[in-house]
Amino acid sequence: MNIVEKIEHEALKTDIPEFKAGDTLRIHQKIKEGDKQRIQIFEGVVIAKRGAGIRFSFTVRKNSYGVGVEKTFLAHSPLIEKIEFVYSGKVRRAKLYYLRDKTGKDAKIERRDLFNTKNKAANTSNATINATTKNNE
Amino acid sequence: MLKALIGKKIGMTQVFNEDGGIVPVSILMAGPCTVVTKKTVEKDGYNAVQVGYGEIKSYKINKPELGHFKKNNVNPVKILKEFRIPDIETVNIGEIYNVSVFDGIKNVSISGVTKGKGFQGVVKRWGFKGGKDTHGSNFHRAPGSIGQSSYPSKVFKGLHMPGHMGTDKISVLNLKVVKIDADNNLLYVKGAVPGANGNIVYIYAADNSGRKIVK
Repeated sequence: MNIVEKIEHEALKTDIPEFKAGDTLRIHQKIKEGDKQRIQIFEGVVIAKRGAGIRFSFTVRKNSYGVGVEKTFLAHSPLIEKIEFVYSGKVRRAKLYYLRDKTGKDAKIERRDLFNTKNKAANTSNATINATTKNNE
Repeated sequence: MLKALIGKKIGMTQVFNEDGGIVPVSILMAGPCTVVTKKTVEKDGYNAVQVGYGEIKSYKINKPELGHFKKNNVNPVKILKEFRIPDIETVNIGEIYNVSVFDGIKNVSISGVTKGKGFQGVVKRWGFKGGKDTHGSNFHRAPGSIGQSSYPSKVFKGLHMPGHMGTDKISVLNLKVVKIDADNNLLYVKGAVPGANGNIVYIYAADNSGRKIVK
């Protein structure tokens, strides 16, 4: 590891959750107003991830009272207090810029059931059915 | 006090400032530099200190140079450089200076040799615009006319022509000091410095106008 890599590595945060495009995140951002400081929470869908290491950034989109709002965050910036993973989304692309042209229900992303909790019972019953049909053959 | 050092360009990266903004920084290994000898007005006609940077094995340098180091009782170094300072009494032979000489300094000026670009045309070397690429143009990147016939009837000296570009010694003035890492002898300055990574650079403390101050 050369010196530049080492410096960059030391500046990296360790508490950033793993996420993909389509996932919903809640970002706690420090906002300075004069000499006061508060934390603003921005919750939305990740539509793009860019760069790696210290340069890693991502864009989050949400619908705020009928207006689409996008914010790009530098994940390792000291202004970002916390990144919370809310839930995963079912998408087939790495960049979800197509969401900008969609409104209403079309702009929604189907939720991905990471642990398959809902369908677990259904899946097992399906498996037994398959097994029985095979036996019959 | 000596406020100049010999250093090495390590590379560029970016760091965050306290406002969350990104600062592009060059990382320099500044020092440690050994004072090898001193030049005085009485003996040499000017006041200066000669400092050295970089370790080198004694069998790799020739005998006259080795004698120079032995006479002053210092370890052999790769690079020697004189810095003219008026108050040479404050500096002693054999003293080692590291990056902490820049403590409290806001700006530095840096000299170094730029990357070599080889033989280049006027478009890259001097920023000529060149001609159209398309629409039947027969004039692309050539310099064009270099003078008139009856007057001046010669080509002026110093006219911008193709030729060798790069490997020039240049100074970048007034770079902001972002961070000083005394443990690892690293100096973070905002912006770019001349040369490739590993290039030797001379770092001077600077006043507000960018002028180098070495004293």
